[in-house]
Amino acid sequence: MVADVNTSSAGRRAIPENPANNLAIAGIRLPVWNKILIAILLVVAVIAPFFLEDFDVFQMTYALVFAMAILGLNLLTGFNGQFSLGHSAFFGIGAYTTAMMMAHWEVAFYWTIIPAGIVCLVAGFLFGLPALRLEGLYLALATFALATAMPQILKYHAWEDLTGGVQGLDLDKPESPFPDTLSDDQYLYFIVLVVAIILFICAWNLVRGRTGRAMIAIRDNPIAAQTMGVNNAVYKSLTFGVSALYTGIAGSMSAIIIQFVAPDSFTFLLAVTFLVGLVVGGVASIPGAIFGGFFVLLIPNISEAVADMTGRTDAKGLSWAVYGLFLIITVYVMPSGAAGLVRLLVGKLARRG
Amino acid sequence: MNQSSANVAGASSSAQPLLQVSDVAVHFGGIIALDGVSFDVQQGAVLGLIGPNGAGKTTLFNCLSRLYIPNSGDIRFAGQTILSTAPHKIADIGIGRTFQNLALFGTMSVLDNVMVGGHSQSSSDFLSNALRLPWVKTEEEGLADASWELIDYLDLMDVAYTPVADLPFGTQKRVELARALASKPKLLLLDEPAGGLNHDEVEDLGSLIKQIRDDRGITVLLVEHHMSLVMAVSDHVVAIDFGRKIGEGTPSEVQQNPEVIRAYLGTSD
Ligand SMILES: Nc1ncnc2c1ncn2[C@@H]1O[C@H](COP(=O)(O)OP(=O)(O)OP(=O)(O)O)[C@@H](O)[C@H]1O
Ligand SMILES: [Mg+2]
Repeated sequence: MVADVNTSSAGRRAIPENPANNLAIAGIRLPVWNKILIAILLVVAVIAPFFLEDFDVFQMTYALVFAMAILGLNLLTGFNGQFSLGHSAFFGIGAYTTAMMMAHWEVAFYWTIIPAGIVCLVAGFLFGLPALRLEGLYLALATFALATAMPQILKYHAWEDLTGGVQGLDLDKPESPFPDTLSDDQYLYFIVLVVAIILFICAWNLVRGRTGRAMIAIRDNPIAAQTMGVNNAVYKSLTFGVSALYTGIAGSMSAIIIQFVAPDSFTFLLAVTFLVGLVVGGVASIPGAIFGGFFVLLIPNISEAVADMTGRTDAKGLSWAVYGLFLIITVYVMPSGAAGLVRLLVGKLARRG
Repeated sequence: MNQSSANVAGASSSAQPLLQVSDVAVHFGGIIALDGVSFDVQQGAVLGLIGPNGAGKTTLFNCLSRLYIPNSGDIRFAGQTILSTAPHKIADIGIGRTFQNLALFGTMSVLDNVMVGGHSQSSSDFLSNALRLPWVKTEEEGLADASWELIDYLDLMDVAYTPVADLPFGTQKRVELARALASKPKLLLLDEPAGGLNHDEVEDLGSLIKQIRDDRGITVLLVEHHMSLVMAVSDHVVAIDFGRKIGEGTPSEVQQNPEVIRAYLGTSD
């Protein structure tokens, strides 16, 4: 066993190694597996777009956008225990911030990402303040109201000039600066990939340190957290803000890659989609958000394909039924999401190494 | 009831008491949980607070950690009233506690629970954490170091990485104690730490409480039904019943106090 000898206070026993780090699968210890898997994932992420059609590259890009939005929701719901059915609203605010900056002020797309995040940080924080008084189902209801109101707010005629009203806004497609090596879709993919990697690393840093412990402590036992000195009000509203920032940046990226925003893209259904991705990926799991992102993007497409195969005229309605079936099976097979399934398998396969 | 200055305990009467509870009353609707309780806790003492079920002991603790606001009266800590201190600042000023019915962070490991206990001893913010700035790393190492010292002190090394929800009750109680100590309190409030422990564990707890006071100079306010424990470790005992103080003095004085005897014989406890 590797015991780092700690000499800082005399006579103390050496700090024990986390037993999980000593477990191994196929002779390789779990921390090493982690590194290997992350490396493989990164290599695949970098190489894949060169082997895929532009449309599939676009799909991957959008899955990453979903993953970022789901990660944001997970910080709030999974790690901090605050329920939200309203994250479609922050996604929409992020998308519109970018769209308005690009359409009206001709700002280059990459300069709009951080402002979109900051606008959502503020919006989320401000929404989180009154939400402090609400818990569980009541918070769900308040966020649901936000999700329902957002498309109407975006359509409102008083600021139609800015938002484009019901029509929304059309944007120019960002062009690849290296058209010979990267298509426009590949270029956008890599932009989104870099943003996603930064957001995932920051989220990981956030939850493994002092802030993350406080966030989880509030979720597990708010009174005890407060007694330990955690300022619950500040932590909860800031977590709301950070969560909205993540989802808002995802929204901003979605506007850039679709080159179009319209109010009805940001309905309650989108908020539910994030929630589905969160649950399917794994509550309070950071890598789970990636799985969730691909799931909510791919499964509806697959469902549609399955429904189309029947050749029936009502295939559209049928695809939703197939989607529902997929969901039920998934939740049945992985009751604690993909992350839970992985944990279960590791538990079964790992041996002391 | 009048002001607290009359009931200073023992010999060290010249020094200012660490904690002064003056005429504290708490009402819940029609229920009077505390009805003008006053007593002092001297620096470095172990004070036992006893009383039958429903006497108001936990209610008093909840006032001390600012979970409840007294309807009247004052609570002074190191000479300053705590009634204007925000609840999350109580750890900061040096009051730590454990809970009667355990209030741990169930999904977190023992180590992480103890590190949350050190929250008030650290200061890194969201942005510095998200970027994991170098000073955050240093702070985390210091916090971990202090936590490991407590984990060792409370004999929790073997379960340090286990989620606390998976641990037996007696071990969880030690985790709560470690977590409370992590905030480096001057005053430690223990609400029935012996509850659910077996005979040997209670004996160990007694010596542990004395050690905490002697090694770390922490003043202890101990609520306990386990009389032999209270009498063995306390320098001074306060007895309450139906929200009123019914007796106070050295352990043997309180044990012979007729009102205290009546209160205990009069209940099923
Ligand atoms: N939040 C509350 N709302 C209403 N009544 C309460 C509340 N907290 C305590 N009480 C009442 O106040 C009285 C004192 O309760 P408290 O928990 O302080 O007693 P205790 O001395 O700690 O008892 P035990 O030894 O059983 O723990 C009881 O009658 C209790 O029912
Ligand atoms: Mg009690």
